[in-house]
Amino acid sequence: MPAKLPGWVNYGLLPLMNLGLAFLVAGLIVVILGESPLEAVQLLVFGAFGYGEAVGYTLFYTTNFIFTGLAVALAFQCGLFNIGGEGQAYIGGLGVGLVGIYIGHWPVPIGIMIGIMAAALFGGIWGFIPGWLQARRGSHTVITTIMLNFIAASIMTYLLVNPLRRPGQQIPESVTFDRNIWLPQLSDILTGFGQDIGRSPLNVALLIALVCCLLYWLFVWKTRAGYEMRVVGRSEPAAVYGGISPAKQIMIAMTLSGALAGMMSLNEVLGAQHRLTLGFTGGYGFVGIAVALMGRGHPVGIVLAAVLFGALYQGGSELAFDMPRINRDMVVVIQGLVILFAGALEHMFRPWLEARFARPAVPAPA
Amino acid sequence: MEDLWTQALLLTASTFRLATPLILAAMAGLFAERSGIVDIGLEGKMLGAAFAAAAAAAMTGSAWVGLMTAMGVSFALAMLHGFACITHRGDHVVSGVAINITVAGLGPVLADAWFRQAGRVPVTGEGMRFRSIELPFAQVLADVPIIGPLYANVISGHNILVYMAALSVPLTAWVVYKTRFGLRLRAVGENPSAVDTAGISVTAMRFRALMITGLLCGIAGAYLSIAQGAGFTRDMSAGKGFLALAALIFGKWRPVPVLFACLLFAFADAIQARLQGVDLPLIGEVPTQAIQALPYLLTILLLAGFVGRAVAPKAIGQPYVKER
Repeated sequence: MPAKLPGWVNYGLLPLMNLGLAFLVAGLIVVILGESPLEAVQLLVFGAFGYGEAVGYTLFYTTNFIFTGLAVALAFQCGLFNIGGEGQAYIGGLGVGLVGIYIGHWPVPIGIMIGIMAAALFGGIWGFIPGWLQARRGSHTVITTIMLNFIAASIMTYLLVNPLRRPGQQIPESVTFDRNIWLPQLSDILTGFGQDIGRSPLNVALLIALVCCLLYWLFVWKTRAGYEMRVVGRSEPAAVYGGISPAKQIMIAMTLSGALAGMMSLNEVLGAQHRLTLGFTGGYGFVGIAVALMGRGHPVGIVLAAVLFGALYQGGSELAFDMPRINRDMVVVIQGLVILFAGALEHMFRPWLEARFARPAVPAPA
Repeated sequence: MEDLWTQALLLTASTFRLATPLILAAMAGLFAERSGIVDIGLEGKMLGAAFAAAAAAAMTGSAWVGLMTAMGVSFALAMLHGFACITHRGDHVVSGVAINITVAGLGPVLADAWFRQAGRVPVTGEGMRFRSIELPFAQVLADVPIIGPLYANVISGHNILVYMAALSVPLTAWVVYKTRFGLRLRAVGENPSAVDTAGISVTAMRFRALMITGLLCGIAGAYLSIAQGAGFTRDMSAGKGFLALAALIFGKWRPVPVLFACLLFAFADAIQARLQGVDLPLIGEVPTQAIQALPYLLTILLLAGFVGRAVAPKAIGQPYVKER
């Protein structure tokens, strides 16, 4: 059924209503926990935007969500569901980690460049596998990407417990990388402009993420390959009729999607931790689904949604600090509710809105 | 020789114990997926049920109340899934992911608010957990060579939920293959419009399937927190819902093969603890992580058609739109 709703309803009102409902339910949970939801919102907003360091942290988390959101959105363009962002980011981190451990001391821009390429390459390989399996063997990406998430976790645990662990310590972590390969912190640059973001780990990865947004937009809407990908996403038979190979597009889409997810590790591994740690992906890959859904597959929407989730993440941890009855996991609950109402139940208000705002169908020419 | 037999028996018993939640969740998934509903929310339903069971058992002191509450919560989550996927034709995968994430957060939040134990719910009181049951004559027969230990250690001595899991397989097979409901269930997953033409409501069929899914997942969750374990901890389902999903695919959506897939995966889990630090001939020491990854790897290979072929119900994941 083609959408007949005017753009501002489809892209503005409808997502806002869904989001509002998600927050309403979250507010109800806060009431059940015995705290005031209005106060919680105040604390959350202040915790996310109230002072320089908070903004820095919010944007740091935003960076992760932009990468994973773009990854899910790109696969969506080709009609694919990539819920393997978690594993692709993890394996991308392996690429970054290997570069950091072995050639981290290389001169400044070179090491970082290779690190960026390694993140994209390793993540891309982990995305190519389900892409190939879908294209050539017909295995559904939803299942294969879930399985590959677990396989990635096993591989990383093995490597961090055994060969990559820093000698002489028990914690499964790699050595700290040479300073040459650390991504430059934005705090140093922003201080020059009179902005203070405190000790937040905000780094150049944010800029890389924004560049990826631009490249995503150019690729999807301004290149032939992007066009072909969207055709496959809309209708495989139409693509075949038009001489486009769906198999090829599926493999390209999953590889690029994996590469984007893999680059999330730049922010965490090269930008903040400066070493490879266990479970650094922290569920960001899954939240990418929410970001892509909220952002409606458009980079502007994805950035806005990523800021929203970044703010929830940062504000939520502050909230847990100030409200004894609420713990950090409340953020996870809100994320889940947003996916539920903005994703799974996105059509709930549609019939109601269509009755009010739908344009009359264009009469067929006589 | 005697020692080897005992070892084998202990390994089998621990395989059964580890397979129980997988079997229950996989049978739950079988009903959903056979009716055409993709359910990657098995994990979330199990986790939610595990929390509900622990919380209810800790509050009321009764394991049975815990089990009922777990089934109720899991049932409600299954209905939510149905409301999203069937009523509002939402994406099945998105709905499943949403349920998984919401529950993963809500469990620790409520546990912290109600029990103040850093996101845990300990269940330690008398009668709050399902204890092992000793079947009749287990002590008497224990001294009989070979058969005695088999009966005493492998067949007897589990808690009631293990036996429920064992029972769920023939029951599922009977319902799916021998009843009218089962025939309609399979039809609705393969060709919903044909079922609709016959005057049977696709919506109602799929909701009924999800009800069973919810109840079975509830038992699986309760098993984790008040039978096998002693309380709820954060993320305690630890991917078992996805492992069950893998077993469901590995068993090609058929009850008995699914059972064997669950037993295989559970056996891998049971043996990994024993293989730690052991040098095997020819291969040397096998890393535990390799064994942990094995079920997922096997499932991918199967899906890719390298070992057999898994063909899903035809109408799976597609919302049904009645023609007007």
